[in-house]
Amino acid sequence: MHKILFVEPEKCTGCRICETVCSLHQEKVVNPSRARIQIIKWDHAGIYIPMICQQCETAPCETVCPMRAIHRDDTTGALLIDYALCVGCKLCVTFCPFGGAGIDIEGKVIKCDLCNGNPQCVKNCEPQALQYIEPSAINLQKRRMAAEKLSELMKNLLNV
Amino acid sequence: MVWKRNIAYVDLSQGKITKKRVPKSLRLKYLGGRGINAYYLFNHISPGIDPLGPENALLIGTGLLTGIPALGAGRCDIAAKSPLTGAVGNSNIGGFFGLEMRLAGFDNLIITGNAEKPIYLWIKDGEIEILDASHLWGKDTFDTQIQIRSDHNDEEIKSIVIGVAGEKLVRYANIRTGMKNSAGRAGMGCVMGSKNLKAIAVRGTMDIEFSYPEKLLEYSSQMNEMITSSRWARAQSKWGTLIIYSNTNTTGLIRTRNFQRNLLEGGEDLEPENMDRYTVGMSGCYGCSVHCRHRYVLEKGPYAPIFAEGPEYTSLGAFGTMIGCKKMETVLVANHLVNKYGIDTLEVGGLCAWAMELWEKGILTGEITDGLELEWGNEEVLFELIRKISYREGFGDLLADGFKPAITKIGKGSEYYAMQIKGMSNLHSDERPTPSLALGIATATRGADHLRSRPAIDLYGLPEELLEEIYGGPVSSDYTSYEGKSREVWWQELLYAVTDSIGVCKFQTVFCAVHAPKWDEFSRLIYLALGVDLNKPQLMEIGERITTIERLFNIREGFSRKDDILPERFFKESTSLGFPIAKGKKIDRDKFQVMLDEYYALHKWDNNGVPTPEIIQKLGLEKQQSQTT
Repeated sequence: MHKILFVEPEKCTGCRICETVCSLHQEKVVNPSRARIQIIKWDHAGIYIPMICQQCETAPCETVCPMRAIHRDDTTGALLIDYALCVGCKLCVTFCPFGGAGIDIEGKVIKCDLCNGNPQCVKNCEPQALQYIEPSAINLQKRRMAAEKLSELMKNLLNV
Repeated sequence: MVWKRNIAYVDLSQGKITKKRVPKSLRLKYLGGRGINAYYLFNHISPGIDPLGPENALLIGTGLLTGIPALGAGRCDIAAKSPLTGAVGNSNIGGFFGLEMRLAGFDNLIITGNAEKPIYLWIKDGEIEILDASHLWGKDTFDTQIQIRSDHNDEEIKSIVIGVAGEKLVRYANIRTGMKNSAGRAGMGCVMGSKNLKAIAVRGTMDIEFSYPEKLLEYSSQMNEMITSSRWARAQSKWGTLIIYSNTNTTGLIRTRNFQRNLLEGGEDLEPENMDRYTVGMSGCYGCSVHCRHRYVLEKGPYAPIFAEGPEYTSLGAFGTMIGCKKMETVLVANHLVNKYGIDTLEVGGLCAWAMELWEKGILTGEITDGLELEWGNEEVLFELIRKISYREGFGDLLADGFKPAITKIGKGSEYYAMQIKGMSNLHSDERPTPSLALGIATATRGADHLRSRPAIDLYGLPEELLEEIYGGPVSSDYTSYEGKSREVWWQELLYAVTDSIGVCKFQTVFCAVHAPKWDEFSRLIYLALGVDLNKPQLMEIGERITTIERLFNIREGFSRKDDILPERFFKESTSLGFPIAKGKKIDRDKFQVMLDEYYALHKWDNNGVPTPEIIQKLGLEKQQSQTT
């Protein structure tokens, strides 16, 4: 199984470095509106949620593409767009439930390609709201976090 | 390219907007942000004008490096002649506005004239419109931003706004963006209010092109690692600037009850760990890996529920130690109120602490204070004072003009108790044991200020070899010494002038972390971003140019050596508490004057603090100099 780009929104501090490193790496310019990742914010409630392609197992974008231009990369597991086949119909944009596929200036469809296995957003995310890890590590991490809460509860109940 | 970014001249009296390129020659001399603003401040504002009149210019400038994914490079500088001090007014703001303005195609705005009725500027991708703001007038700083986003149906709009304090022309009203960030000091919000300018709203989707994108990306990552590997940054990531309290309130470097004591006894509730009770997470400004901002919730109390961000160490002092208050919740409520009204936390705290001491001394009575009993630590009085100042009601109206006018009105020896320099309140730090910090606040161009030249690393007792390596000359490692301290202040002043001009965060250079990025790293970043070589000596010269032109502005407004002075109490009263090293300390009058001489000499200014013809010529400021004489 491939590594997974795993998002933990509660760790996000909203600094938007992920957006600008993405556009700098992918488009060679700083422009958050051209990034493959975006922090959706409710500033006035303090909620920040990074939104990015989830590289779905059964991917709506791959399914709906009339040109079969979206395929999975064997090495990284990323869903990639073959621009030789893509006609820019944007059905992938329409059907993606996460906004993972987007439209760049001049109409080109863009999405996260996991930077060939070295995602720049993850590399530059200091609070580790974005991680690129093995699925088994995700399971362990989630269970440990949940268990920590349970252990606090038990300590309180047992007065230790 | 960054070189193609525009400057817009907005004349609000005429409703006229002119756009042109920011001259490259100007960038090479002043970089951007505070530097370019200092140039325009000097050249677009005639001497002796009324800061609230149409002749004052409100200057907004992004940093030269705004947009790089490192070091909090989203900061933006706002300048004008200060309505509080009459000197250089400028204030730096974090958050996301600076980046958005550059994405919208503008690096600088020069706003002159006063609009007849409330308006706001709407800037989107190269276009600027002046729009009616009558529906925004009267709204607080949070609701104003929400309303603008709703009006334009775009949640990505970033605005800088004023609250009621700016509308009421409180002389230290600030400018705010998001939940947390303020251009706090020197009354820039008052200037906006005088222009009937409620907000500047921006949305940008234009590319920012840098010279070497791949290398810039790689080096930016290195810079972020460099800063986050420092212990200071790690502590900041968890506790924010509140962490400073743990040190200063044990050592005795903090002022309480205005200036009566230098430790808050029984002040445990204000320890940073206690923020955990209210914090729901930390936040970062654009491009910041340190994320020092607390997001907090108050579920109980008279103002609950409150969701807010902060407080900084500054507010902990302003609404905690300085007014003798020992409750974190008081600080959290007051922090929220000043942010909502749009008023400088530090100026309010300084004035309230002063008023409380005057009450204690019997100089102020109920007749003047509208019946408020200004007892130390009384939170209800504090909240009421914040409101009265913001709305200019009764006694609040008296305080709303700042220290100098209030001293004149109150008289009765009240000046002695006013902890201000050039008319601006000092932080709640007690600089009597630390001559370097004292010299910094005395000489800062915008009045008592800890962010213009503070050599905070002086407090670490670093080896003298290391200090000499950093500062380029001998510096004593004893923070109570006067030896070499002028050199530290001078060096830090140049570094901060450049930091404020490239638009990165001061916490991500040599402020509290010794091995943080500085000259050489800035030089490399400028090269990778813009393809120009500016080495360390050249950057130091630019720092000198910015500091010197600000100095020339102040001289033209009548400031001189006599104004580079500490409040009298620094020389007369000794510290009474704290560690042995900090106890029993006051500033030695003669040694202070020697430090001042040395400081002027390092800048190549004469004994009265006036730049010499040699330095004027070296910095290419001859034209500017001719206007001061």
